[in-house]
Amino acid sequence: MPAKTKFQLEPGPATREAFGRALVELGRANKDVVVCDADLAKSTMTVYFQKEFPDRFFSYGIAEANMVAQAAGMAYAGKIPFASSFSAFVINKGFEQLRVCVAYPRLNVKIVGTHSGISIGEDGPSQMSVEETALACSLPGFVVLSPADEASTKALVHAAAAHAGPVFIRTGRPKAPIIYNGDQKFEIGKAVELVEGSDVTIIANGLLVAEAIRASETLDAEGISARVLDLHTVKPLDREAIRRAAVETGAIVTAEEHLVDGGMGVRVAQVVAATQPCAMEFVGIQDTYAESGTPAELLDKYGLLSRDIVAAARKVVARKRR
Amino acid sequence: MPKSLAELQAIAKGVRRDIIEMIGTAGSGHPGGSLSAVEIVVQLYFDFMRIDPKNPKWADRDRFILSKGHACPVLYSVMAEAGFTPKDKLNTLRKLGSIYQGHPDVRFLPELEASTGSLGEGLSLALGMGLADRLDGRPCRTYVMLGDGEIQEGQVWESAMSGAFHKIDNVVAIVDYNGIQLDGFVKDIMEIAPVADKWRAYGWNTLEIDGHDFAAIRKALEQAQAVKGRPTCIVARTVKGKGVSFMENNPKFHGTAPTPDEMKLALQELQ
Repeated sequence: MPAKTKFQLEPGPATREAFGRALVELGRANKDVVVCDADLAKSTMTVYFQKEFPDRFFSYGIAEANMVAQAAGMAYAGKIPFASSFSAFVINKGFEQLRVCVAYPRLNVKIVGTHSGISIGEDGPSQMSVEETALACSLPGFVVLSPADEASTKALVHAAAAHAGPVFIRTGRPKAPIIYNGDQKFEIGKAVELVEGSDVTIIANGLLVAEAIRASETLDAEGISARVLDLHTVKPLDREAIRRAAVETGAIVTAEEHLVDGGMGVRVAQVVAATQPCAMEFVGIQDTYAESGTPAELLDKYGLLSRDIVAAARKVVARKRR
Repeated sequence: MPKSLAELQAIAKGVRRDIIEMIGTAGSGHPGGSLSAVEIVVQLYFDFMRIDPKNPKWADRDRFILSKGHACPVLYSVMAEAGFTPKDKLNTLRKLGSIYQGHPDVRFLPELEASTGSLGEGLSLALGMGLADRLDGRPCRTYVMLGDGEIQEGQVWESAMSGAFHKIDNVVAIVDYNGIQLDGFVKDIMEIAPVADKWRAYGWNTLEIDGHDFAAIRKALEQAQAVKGRPTCIVARTVKGKGVSFMENNPKFHGTAPTPDEMKLALQELQ
């Protein structure tokens, strides 16, 4: 297990940037990979693919429903379409098509939402996506991924392409702290243990993985040994890693840039309840929409920093010891 | 082998009988919009599309998508008659585990080109297939039938715009313009006229025909095939419930099954 000093958490490329780069690699390797975008290619970073493979890039304009359904049509005809937009638009405006055109016939369509969570910042709640984990996970047969940094995003985009079936990938706008050095192997449905620990397990994904690592360092100084898991796959869950966390640490904090209702934490709790019930706390966005602000201000105001994870861990450890 | 008019008419009558029997036996379903579409679907499967019932997934085949999925009895009957699927199971329509589900479902009937049923989506599926076929250099053409009420859905116009923009000339949309939807006459629920003008405005090669006239259907399909650089929409004027006197132009039979007595009467008319 890597020593804690391994994590410099230097700012790295945004996960959407890593997605855009990985897409080009996929395009070179497989001529069946096609890309669909809805007037946001310069923001979702599918623009890299568009430049290299203009014949395999399809612009749909601001029309997500049609884009998702046409991606389904292409998948029926043997293509591996990646359809991308801001998470808020593709999941909400394309949801009916994700349900009936993609999930129901279980087609090989990959949906990549960018600008997820509240860290999109100044644009505010109409552009923020805080519901898509709940929505995507509700679609039978879908794989739902929420990678934390550049290396994990690239690896998981490749894994998504190799997976036969529908996948939703959640990526973000801001620079993402570097967590992995490139040697780590990623497998759909397999959580990564980043920090060993025995008193509590912090299960995080996306931008909150770095916060979880920082939290574990603070907790360590207080004599609380916190395990950190990167739960990059929200569906299907790594039930064994969650069960082990419950059995071996007896307390769990989940941390995600998403509404607590219907989020990853709730799904983890379902496994905990069914395997080894233990005390849990949930770090995430409460029952509200956020507002304009810098990403840092928003993560602070809406309780998504290591400070918030530390507080939740103290609480859950105290409850365990009672 | 091209079919004679008499042969096509005979097949159409048999399909109408199947539709009545299937829906009557099931006790629920949508007879009106199945009956209005008969000639178009029969023409496509028996005298136009490049298909092979012995090899339903032939890579170079033409495709048909029933976007107005509730009219699936017409498609099931035609596919069975054409040899794609078992005819002796038609009367299991809508029963638990049946290959003939209440709306087309590829999980149960892989010979279908797409699962449909939620209106407004089939044209997008067809256009996506058309793009994939063009990328791969396949000669396939994709035909998609929409209901007239269905084009009230916004997605239809998103897809119409994209079909012309991407010049998807291997796709043909056919609007079954029978003038009736679930709640009543289309003009009273949400007027869609002028239908052909709308498709023209969206950049489609647009043809208007009598959707019960086999020769006119064939001619329109041929014209569509000859047009390059843009997709074609065939606006087919039809009669809801066509072929059964008491169902014709009767909104009640959009989504109501015939009673056993009505079924008997309808089958007598279709002798």
